[in-house]
Amino acid sequence: MSNETARRMAMLRDMARIRAFEREAVAAMRSGEAPGVVHPSIGQEAVAVGVCGNLRRADRITSTHRGHGHAIAKGADARAMMLELHGRAGGSCGGKGGSMHIADFAVGMLGANGVVGAGIPIACGAAQAIRLRKEEAIVACFFGDGAVNRGPFLEGMNWAALYRLPVLFVCEDNGFAAFTRNSAVTAGAGPAARAEACGVPASAVDGEDVLAVDAVAAELVARIRAGQGPQFLHARCYRWEGHTGTDAAAYRPAEEAAAARGRDCIRRLAALLEQAGVAPGEIAVVEAEAAAEMAAHRAAALAAPWPPPEAAFSDVQDTGAPA
Amino acid sequence: MTRMTFAEATRRALAEEMRRDPLVWALGEDLVQGGIFGQYKGLAEEFGPERIVSTPISESTIMGAGLGAALCGTRPVIEMRIADFTLCAMDELVSQIAKVRYMFGGQGRAALVVRMPQGMWRNSAAQHSQCLEAWLTHIPGLVVAAPGTPADAAGLLKAAIRSDDPVVLMEPKNLWTAEGEVPEEVAPIPFGVARRAAEGDAVTVVTWSAMVPVVEQGARESGIGCDVFDLRSLWPWDEAAVLASVRRTGRLLVVHEAVTVSGFGAEVVARVLEAVGPSGLRAAERLGAPRAPVPFSPPLEEAIRITPARVAEAIRRIAAT
Repeated sequence: MSNETARRMAMLRDMARIRAFEREAVAAMRSGEAPGVVHPSIGQEAVAVGVCGNLRRADRITSTHRGHGHAIAKGADARAMMLELHGRAGGSCGGKGGSMHIADFAVGMLGANGVVGAGIPIACGAAQAIRLRKEEAIVACFFGDGAVNRGPFLEGMNWAALYRLPVLFVCEDNGFAAFTRNSAVTAGAGPAARAEACGVPASAVDGEDVLAVDAVAAELVARIRAGQGPQFLHARCYRWEGHTGTDAAAYRPAEEAAAARGRDCIRRLAALLEQAGVAPGEIAVVEAEAAAEMAAHRAAALAAPWPPPEAAFSDVQDTGAPA
Repeated sequence: MTRMTFAEATRRALAEEMRRDPLVWALGEDLVQGGIFGQYKGLAEEFGPERIVSTPISESTIMGAGLGAALCGTRPVIEMRIADFTLCAMDELVSQIAKVRYMFGGQGRAALVVRMPQGMWRNSAAQHSQCLEAWLTHIPGLVVAAPGTPADAAGLLKAAIRSDDPVVLMEPKNLWTAEGEVPEEVAPIPFGVARRAAEGDAVTVVTWSAMVPVVEQGARESGIGCDVFDLRSLWPWDEAAVLASVRRTGRLLVVHEAVTVSGFGAEVVARVLEAVGPSGLRAAERLGAPRAPVPFSPPLEEAIRITPARVAEAIRRIAAT
């Protein structure tokens, strides 16, 4: 197997693991085993994998409420994430964050976020700290198309460009801001034009083609590491599922989602790998292993203990902690 | 001891902390120019534009970037210019900074300081005069301090910078030019320790921030023996000192510049009542602003201002109960 094919197999594995994780997460939410809400990114895996494949461990990312893929692609512990979704001890955040607040600082994952666009200022500051500490690292900041209508988006673009910060802004444009088609509530020429207006060079990519995302991200990351300042990537994709794991997405035509499933980023890469001589059985093994891994994590989560009640009172603050 | 202004005391304290720790830096509007009250004067010359950062008027990102920088191992001092502008950055303060450590199960600390000068100053009117400290004491995760003297402002700023918790410093705008004695070597002042500004057995008087000199004068003018506490920090606050005093006096007056309704004085009175019971509290009163915006015109502003005379009157009223 050539190096290139091996790298592509790794991308396939990462995408398959994200999809398998989220299939289990959605099932767990629907069954009630996982409390609260999950926001699946199924269908969007190529963006997370294509971008994070160009990052190093020391690089940081900020993520969104739809962030399982970003975390897994950055190397976060999937078992701990699944425990977190189930609110269990041993979860990424000890069961105190849940799906929307998964973080894994050990791999530079600075946190998912329950507030749209909130990661943008945080990413800017992370980049300033990296510069102040003279670290060799960059920040990738993921957000959705809905975030471009929030103030912190404008502020952050201007800010990053002004200080020439090492940030890759990744606008994961899945077409929907919660239940609303984002084009119905967004004026002007779109996310990339808004970034360009603030002086952040923007590129666009088919976010359902992992090799295309990988190629563009590699170029943008290289520019950032070379000190050329922030870059913006507009990745078009499609949210296969509803806003949450239980949203049937009745506000859009079924054919549209079916068409998106026909553009499946995993199947597209699998087809290319088969053309390159990889046996279909080998690909099936990768997908089966991913499914088995995540099923095992879900079983482990159900068997894991709940956090002790006193954990509700820890890690609030040192001075003036709850009595 | 050296006599200096509030602004100069905090300027020196910040400079000393920045010399001590190269990971301390400050960001906010007009900092290179010295800040609007001169509290950053000369710091850009000493520390350079990467540590004294003049920012765009982008409150959300000033606050949010401070958080990102704290999560990556630096200790930012976030300047909000005036407290009212913090309202443009409340998500970043309340839902991000105050909660990251907890939500992430102890991964990551928001070791940062948010400076928010607050209160009435030179007829600044409704959008530039608010006292919102009670909002922030309500938020788990935040330490809230409100100094009332130059020495305390310097010591609390040092403590805030060294704290691993996020600390909000509500600095009284009206006192930036007020002078006081400041030690040559300013030590960090622990949070939750009140300063006893006067001793007496008749009435316990609790205050903070811009009301400190007003209350000190009012207590003197009242002719009543007042036990006066400048709380200095509001979360945590020095319950023990106040309770010990009320157990002697049985009478409590809380004075703050903020609106009385749902102000922090309500918390103080409620806690004291819970602790000493109705038989231990013969009289309690809150003296604060009416539930009205701060007006512009000098006589209108004067109508809502708390003066030493009003404090003295309240003290006499309580003492007579």
